[in-house]
Parts: sequence; structure tokens; C-alpha cells
Amino acid sequence: MSEIVVKNLSKTFDQSEQKVDALKNINLTIETGDIYGIIGMSGAGKSTLVRCFNFLEKPTSGEVWIGDKNLGALSEKELRAERSEIAMIFQSFNLLMQKNVLDNVCFPLRLQKVSKNEAKKRAKELLEVVGLTDKAKAYPSQLSGGQRQRVAIARALANNPRILLCDEATSALDPQTTASILELLRDINKKLGITIVVITHQMSVVSEICNKVAIIEKGEVVENGLVEDVFSHPKSSAARELILRGDSEKTGGTVETLNGERKIRIVFSENSSFEPVIANMVLKFQVAVNILRADTKNVGGVAKGEMILGLPDGKEIQEDIIAYLHERGLEIEEVTGDV
Amino acid sequence: MFDSQVIMMLLEGIRDTLYMTLVSTIVAYVLGLPLGILLKVTSSDGLKPNKIVYGVFDVICNIVRSIPFLILLILLIPFTRFVVGKSYGSTATIVPLVVCAAPYIARMVESSLNEVDPGVIEAAKSMGASNMDIVFKVMLVEARTSLIVGATITTGNIFGYSAMSGTVGGGGLGDIAVRYGYYRYQTDIMIVTVILLIILFQIIQNIGMKIAGNLDKRK
Repeated sequence: MSEIVVKNLSKTFDQSEQKVDALKNINLTIETGDIYGIIGMSGAGKSTLVRCFNFLEKPTSGEVWIGDKNLGALSEKELRAERSEIAMIFQSFNLLMQKNVLDNVCFPLRLQKVSKNEAKKRAKELLEVVGLTDKAKAYPSQLSGGQRQRVAIARALANNPRILLCDEATSALDPQTTASILELLRDINKKLGITIVVITHQMSVVSEICNKVAIIEKGEVVENGLVEDVFSHPKSSAARELILRGDSEKTGGTVETLNGERKIRIVFSENSSFEPVIANMVLKFQVAVNILRADTKNVGGVAKGEMILGLPDGKEIQEDIIAYLHERGLEIEEVTGDV
Repeated sequence: MFDSQVIMMLLEGIRDTLYMTLVSTIVAYVLGLPLGILLKVTSSDGLKPNKIVYGVFDVICNIVRSIPFLILLILLIPFTRFVVGKSYGSTATIVPLVVCAAPYIARMVESSLNEVDPGVIEAAKSMGASNMDIVFKVMLVEARTSLIVGATITTGNIFGYSAMSGTVGGGGLGDIAVRYGYYRYQTDIMIVTVILLIILFQIIQNIGMKIAGNLDKRK
């Protein structure tokens, strides 16, 4: 079943005298039980997009369907009721700083008019789920970032949502804490069957937990599909940028290349990394190839290697090399422009 | 040093000053707090932006606040007489004090509410909170420390203004200081009233700041 369907969604912001097209004609379908990654550089419009999923931002045009409800057709009151089914967590956690952990988790329950005692009981259960039972009386300021995000997750789960939207939920956390939060999200997805949408600029987050991904650039979805497919054969330049350069915090991943040099990308799947293909190829053709980039990545739990080669001059030898590599069962793709 | 008559007069002065200050503060908050909330809610980045409502109250606040208190005191004499029946004495002083303080409080409240993290408000919205919920369960709760600090400062100001009303027979310690120190050259009585004013002011400030500090869970 489709949990979230976005049809021809556009969002334009009117900023003094000029219009900014934040989102342009977005179409997406997110199925029940997906962990759907939406990845893009900062400013690509991904945060605006996720806010359209619960109508914190109202689209300028287009439709957002949650289950069988068209959000645009709901009254303010119906929309508020629907929002309790669509929980959200944030980069900066957004906890009530003047309330303790337990009261923070009770907050959404109290909004839905759950009695005080019942809310407390439910909140305690949720704190157990996120492993913070001993912090019930603590205030957010006394917690670490990871603990705060756990409180936020507990709070998000309070009303038994069908969907959990995560807006850069791990971007303010260190790698270890990020891993533990992602683990928790995966657990929630598996055990409670909650559909999760993950907004991030970190490639590693997507490859860690998502099963599907959409790549968004300048307000447009340039590519989407299964994580494995998109990551092993990125078609758009934005996807390549994100996947090849990896996480933006890692620098120096690319090599300056000679213009006009013919380049190919080779993708190694798990069974093709046994044979030393490149070495054998060099021995066979007696020519040098320029290794511009080589990398192994964990994509959806499978080790994927890829390499970008600069080929020697000469059309004939180039074709021979490509044919040779094809024979070895490798996936080859021409690379144009900057690597 | 002083005879019992003077001491009685000073005690009555303390009583009148506290009476004017506290009653004015409370009444001014009854008006100023909702006004401040209204300003925040209707401002351009508020929950329900409304240029007209915001514009009208914004201008009113600025006009009233730009009139010096002493002049407001005199301007309001007919109104004061209409409300309390006379234009002198401590009860009469409460009227101009409230008129002067309410818009000031509205501004203080607006700025306190501005300090509330927009992210927290967004989070509340994402949970299905109504605007009422957001104002009363998020904004006022999250801003409470700042609101109490603001109230303390406001009380201090009203306290100071109440002394100023002494120039027109407003009652309280300020009245005594003006009558004895200024008209009769009895410097000793004036100094004592000033010392009393300082002590009272310190007490009010310390109590307010202490409450604000104890309620703050951010650190």
C-alpha cells in the first residue's frame, strides 16, 4: 500500500520582489514499511519537501496523499488530527527545554486529550523503548545530543504514528551516536511497522538504513528508486556527486583529470572482486591506465567497489579494453565531465 | 531622630508605595500580557499573521510609550477622575501607572515570546497542536523565565514611576520625598525615604530574579 503519494508538487516562496522555486513538480510514492531516504545538498529543497508531507509547508500546487487522505482537502482541524499520525523528529531535537523528559513525552498525548495518568504510563513505556528509563526526571539540558534525540523519538512515537519523518535527525550527532540512533530507527521500522522518511545530506545515513532513495537537486527529484540500484548506477550528476564524493565532510575524494581523456566507471559487485581484473587487463594489453578514483562502499549491506579509469589514447585500444572488461562481467559506464 | 509622627508617615509611605506598585503591576499585566501575546501572534512571523491588527496595536503601544510619564500623569487627570473619582492620592496614581505600564509590558512579553525557539513551535505543530495549545502550552511555558525577569524589571519601573507621581500628590514615599526634601528643605527625611526606596527596590528585584532562576530548567 502507498503510505505517502506526492503528485506534481511545487512550492514557490515569495521573497521580496523575487520568487524562489523551492520545489518543482515533485512526484514520489512511498510505500508502507519503507525507510525512504531523501538526499540532497543543503538548499536542494529536501527540508521543504518533508514539511509538505505533514503540511507544515503548504504546497503552492500539487497534492500530498497520506494513505487515502488528500492533505490539501482537509480542514484545519482534520489536518491537526492527521498530523498526530505523522510524527516528526528534527536536527535540533526541538524538545521543550522547561519540561522534564517524561513531560516532554507526555506532551503530544496531552494534546490529544489523553488523561494525565494514562499519558505517564505510555510515556514510561516509550522511554523503555528508547532506553532512557532512568532519565525520566531529567531536563533536556542535562542530556547529551543522542539522548535528546532518543527523547524526541519517544515523543514522536507517543501517538502511535504511521509515519515518522526525520529531518536531518542525525546531522548534529557524532558518528557513533548516529549509528545508534539509526539502529533505533531501524528497530522501530521493523517492530512497529512505521514508515520512515529520512531527510539527510549524508550518503552514509541512506546506505545504512534506507531501502529506497530519492535524490533531489535544486528542487527537483533527479533520481529515485531502490538504494542498491541508484547507488550502483547513479545516472544523474547530482547522484554521482553525492555518492562518489561520499559524505560532504570527507574531502579530497576526487582527482583532477585531463580534459578530453576518455573515462569509464567500473562497478564491482560482490563476486567480481576476486579476480584481479585491472591488473590482468594491463598485463594483457600492455598499456597503462590511469586510476582516477577507487572506492569500496557498503551499499545496502553489500560491498560494492567502483573505480574510474582514464583510458589510454587510441579508439581501438579503448574499445578493446571495454570489451575485455565486459567479458569479465563488470558493469561499465562512460563518465563525462569532472569525475 | 524622628518623632513618632514622622515614623508613622514613613510607614504609611511604604505601605502606599507597595500598594501602588503591586496593584498597578497586576492590573497592567492583566492588560499587557494578552496584548503582548496578540502582538506576537499577529506579527509577520507569528502563528496568525495579521498586518492590520498588529499595525494598530503596534502604533498604540509606541504612542503611549513615547509620552513621558509625568506628562501622561497630567494628561490623564480627567480620565483618572472619571475612573476613581479623584485625581490625587495613591489609588488615583494607579490609573496612569497602568496606562503607562501596559504597553511597556506588551513589548516585554512580545520580546520574551520571540525568544522561544521556532523549532519547538514547529515540533508542537507537527504533533497537531492548535494555536491555542502553542500559546499556552508551549510559548508561555518555554518563555516563563524571560517573562518573570521582564515582570521584575517592569515592577521596578512602576515602583520608580510611583515615586515620580509624588510631584502631583500621588502619595507614597515619593510624595514624602518631594514634599519634605523639595518644598521644605528637610533633607534628612528625604534621605531616609531614598534609602527606604532603595531597600524596597532591592527586595523586589531579588525576589523576582530568584523566582526566575529557580524556574529555569535550561541550565
